[in-house]
Amino acid sequence: MNLSEEKKSLHIPAAVPTTNKKDFESDQDVRWCPGCGDYSILSQTQRILPELGIPKEQLVFISGIGCSSRFPYYMNTYGFHTIHGRAPAIAAGVKATNPELSVWVITGDGDALSIGGNHFLHMLRRNLDINVLLFNNRIYGLTKGQYSPTSEVGKVTTSSPFGSLDRPLNPVEIALSAGATFVARSLDRDTKHLQSIIKAAHEHKGTSFIEVYQNCNIYNNGAFFTYTEKATKADNTVVLEHGEQLVFGAKRDKGIRLNGFQPEVVYIDDTSDTDLIVHDQFADDPTLAYFLSRMTDVPEHPLPIGIFRSVQCPCYEDMLTDQVQRARQSNGDGNLEKLLNSGETWVV
Amino acid sequence: MNVCVKRKISVSIKVFGAFYEEGKELMKKQRQTIGDATILFAGDSGDGAQTVGAQLTHTSAIAGNDVSTLPDYPAEIRAPAGSLAGVSGFQLHFSSKEIHTPGDLSDVLVAFNPAALKISLSRLKPNGILILNLDNFGQRNLKLAGYNEDPLEGEIRNKYQVFPVELTRLTRDALVETNLSNKEKELCKNFFALGLVFWLYNRPMDYTLKWIESKFASKPKFIEANILALKGGYAYAEATEQIAVSYEVESAKFSRGTYRNVTGNLGTALGLIAAAQQADLQLVYGSYPITPASDILHELARYKNFGVKTLQMEDEIAAVCAAIGAAFSGALAATGTSGPGFALKGEAIGLAVMTELPLVVLNIQRAGPSTGMPTKTEQTDLLQALYGRNGESPIPVLAASRPSDCFDTVYEAAKIALKYMTPVVFLSDGYVANGAEPWLIPAVSDLPTISADFATDPDRFLPYQRDPETGRRPWAVPGTVGLEHRIGGLEKSDLTGDISYDPENHEKMSYLRAQKVANIANEIPRTDVFGSDSGDLLVIGWGGTYGALRTAVSNQRNAGASVSHLHLRFLNPLPNDLSSIIQNFERVMIAELNLGQLNKIVRSEYLVDTIAYNKIQGQPFQVTEVETKIEEVLTVEN
Repeated sequence: MNLSEEKKSLHIPAAVPTTNKKDFESDQDVRWCPGCGDYSILSQTQRILPELGIPKEQLVFISGIGCSSRFPYYMNTYGFHTIHGRAPAIAAGVKATNPELSVWVITGDGDALSIGGNHFLHMLRRNLDINVLLFNNRIYGLTKGQYSPTSEVGKVTTSSPFGSLDRPLNPVEIALSAGATFVARSLDRDTKHLQSIIKAAHEHKGTSFIEVYQNCNIYNNGAFFTYTEKATKADNTVVLEHGEQLVFGAKRDKGIRLNGFQPEVVYIDDTSDTDLIVHDQFADDPTLAYFLSRMTDVPEHPLPIGIFRSVQCPCYEDMLTDQVQRARQSNGDGNLEKLLNSGETWVV
Repeated sequence: MNVCVKRKISVSIKVFGAFYEEGKELMKKQRQTIGDATILFAGDSGDGAQTVGAQLTHTSAIAGNDVSTLPDYPAEIRAPAGSLAGVSGFQLHFSSKEIHTPGDLSDVLVAFNPAALKISLSRLKPNGILILNLDNFGQRNLKLAGYNEDPLEGEIRNKYQVFPVELTRLTRDALVETNLSNKEKELCKNFFALGLVFWLYNRPMDYTLKWIESKFASKPKFIEANILALKGGYAYAEATEQIAVSYEVESAKFSRGTYRNVTGNLGTALGLIAAAQQADLQLVYGSYPITPASDILHELARYKNFGVKTLQMEDEIAAVCAAIGAAFSGALAATGTSGPGFALKGEAIGLAVMTELPLVVLNIQRAGPSTGMPTKTEQTDLLQALYGRNGESPIPVLAASRPSDCFDTVYEAAKIALKYMTPVVFLSDGYVANGAEPWLIPAVSDLPTISADFATDPDRFLPYQRDPETGRRPWAVPGTVGLEHRIGGLEKSDLTGDISYDPENHEKMSYLRAQKVANIANEIPRTDVFGSDSGDLLVIGWGGTYGALRTAVSNQRNAGASVSHLHLRFLNPLPNDLSSIIQNFERVMIAELNLGQLNKIVRSEYLVDTIAYNKIQGQPFQVTEVETKIEEVLTVEN
């Protein structure tokens, strides 16, 4: 029995469908390489969706090209696997046409930052109420292992046997620069954290951007193990929580404070608590978020994960709807006969 | 108009009495009735040639003439004053008979400066009237225009009726009682020139007077000034002994109905709105500004009260992608561009082919390749429209033939997109887009039925199950309960739409997509041949060459030639009856503003030895050159 029949027979109100993870799994075989980090991201999304209470016919997953972009095929929702880099633009058209839909963009480091870099920037500044998951594995997987725009300098790959020359982009930093209203980072292997971030992204009104560090176990295995594996994770990541001090370490004995314009790691014994940075994700001013975003791939600093920034700003589709309504109020509903006969007319 | 302004104008007309010699009877001037006239205004971008050209157009249309216009803009927004690059022209043809072109050569050239004279003189008929702003013919402007000697001293006076007018000084004199600065006064000289032409062709001033009042409502001093200039020019023409004859162009016979002037771009915008309204859909238009398509975006952006959503995206690719997203979500989706933008959109249009979503893609062609000549017209994107995508990617292609045809053609494009679930290319060009002519406004109740057929029934729903008649797949939009499905650019399995690499399936799907587009030929009405159904020569054209070809063929037929004209709206699929029509003619000539693109198609499609007639100068065909070509072909034939 499918869901709609069930609803009819049981008279369940349409507004509150009860769903579980299985309801969001499509009938297609998942075809990522065994052990790929994408499996976990798919799973965490399917696990958290029932909690969000969105009827599945209202969900649209839109992707570009790349390993991550196969994602929509595995979701039993509406889905659109589009062309390389263009998912943000297609998502804009979907959301502008029907603001009721819950629109999710699934992209990767190459899709969003190389070929789709332009659309990525404009999606963020436009601030439609959509959610964006960028799977960052710092490699081109689908095309068999070339360096990506987030690969470290000197990366030896099939297309860079002598090491790559391009300096990497930092997705969180770019998102903040583009004026994104919600910017977060999570890890494929931190399932609970990832679920909580996906949930927070959904709850944020505006474009929510999540960078997910994702392991490509074929072409870039272990790229993020320092941040994801038990032995090293606690000492190399700092979890951002609003209103909390930046404290980290297996013994939670280290913190981050500002020394002039530089962040520095201090042992909590050495300093009074008040010196530590207190995270404020709702700050209007993005300076703190920028500053935290710069603590990426700096050996002496832990990697921040969590929500860097979450601020309210009018959504594109709401302003668009508002313009339509105002135009209808001031000019009346469009009358085609009148429109065609407007301007200077004459009768023969 | 307030009383004060009225009084001042009457005073000023008295000032212009100075042009009449004291006590002398007004010279009795001749008035001749003629069939048609072509006027060309040319000057610096800032001279207002376009403004007064539009005024004469509306006035003539309202007076009952058939009109056809061609603005000719420079590429530079504001090139240096007086330079050749900055010359902007506006050509207008008005007639007591049905006309199809803005005229080859003009009867009157109003040249606001030497650069305009240099650029436009070749477009004036022998012995035509040349009105010059003498005040602009100083050494500096002559030099800017590249004249080493004063052109007015040369042969020019033997070849044309030259009327040098001190346009700037006379305008200043006409406005002597206003409190405008000299610079502001000079701005009104285009209306002085217009007044002169109004007298020359016995045009009523009412429309322009009203227009000035509403246009300058927020700057009342310019209402008074422009009206004074207009009436001053009229009075001057009447008084001066330079001009001895005025002309009368009688009303043309039109079908009954209500008319308005329409440019191609305006007609296109209205056609899209009409299609969305009739289909009861939102219109979502994704675009990125590009000449000469931007006016469609500007026009559509005004109609939010029709639920029209215009999305000015970050680039051409984003523009078409936003439209594809809108199509997926159940809107009548369209994107508009010109050749370079169309090239950028190619991959995304392929996505719309693969996902079989309804989408209207407007390509307002311009001279290429690359940036080419953005403000000049050409028909060089036909092959790009037909084939400019990877893979076997069939798309219906329609072309509008004239400004008044854009509404119907784009409406039909939208209808086909929705009925067959396919992207459709609508071709126009700079000449059609910016040209204007009277348009018989259709009654909404007479518009063809157009409908969006959304899938709603989850019972045995298959995203790629086809309608047996049209070959369309269902349109199941997000938000519909029970129809959740995935689409994308990967090859689809027949019926289910699941990803498929199966060799037989790919071949089958390629044929199904091709067949669906081929089925559209059933929509095409019987092809109309102008002239006889058989004969020595058939001239085939498409798009914006309609007017020149129709007029040339008509003239040649009147002269006894056995020639007919067939103009295609559908370039893909081609009409079913085209093959048999072609068989009935000894020879077939395909005339187009490219190096023979339709010619290639017709040759390969029908194995017929056609004659290619091509022009690629960024300019439309002239009637006379087409006639010469027809004569030449028929002579060789005989």
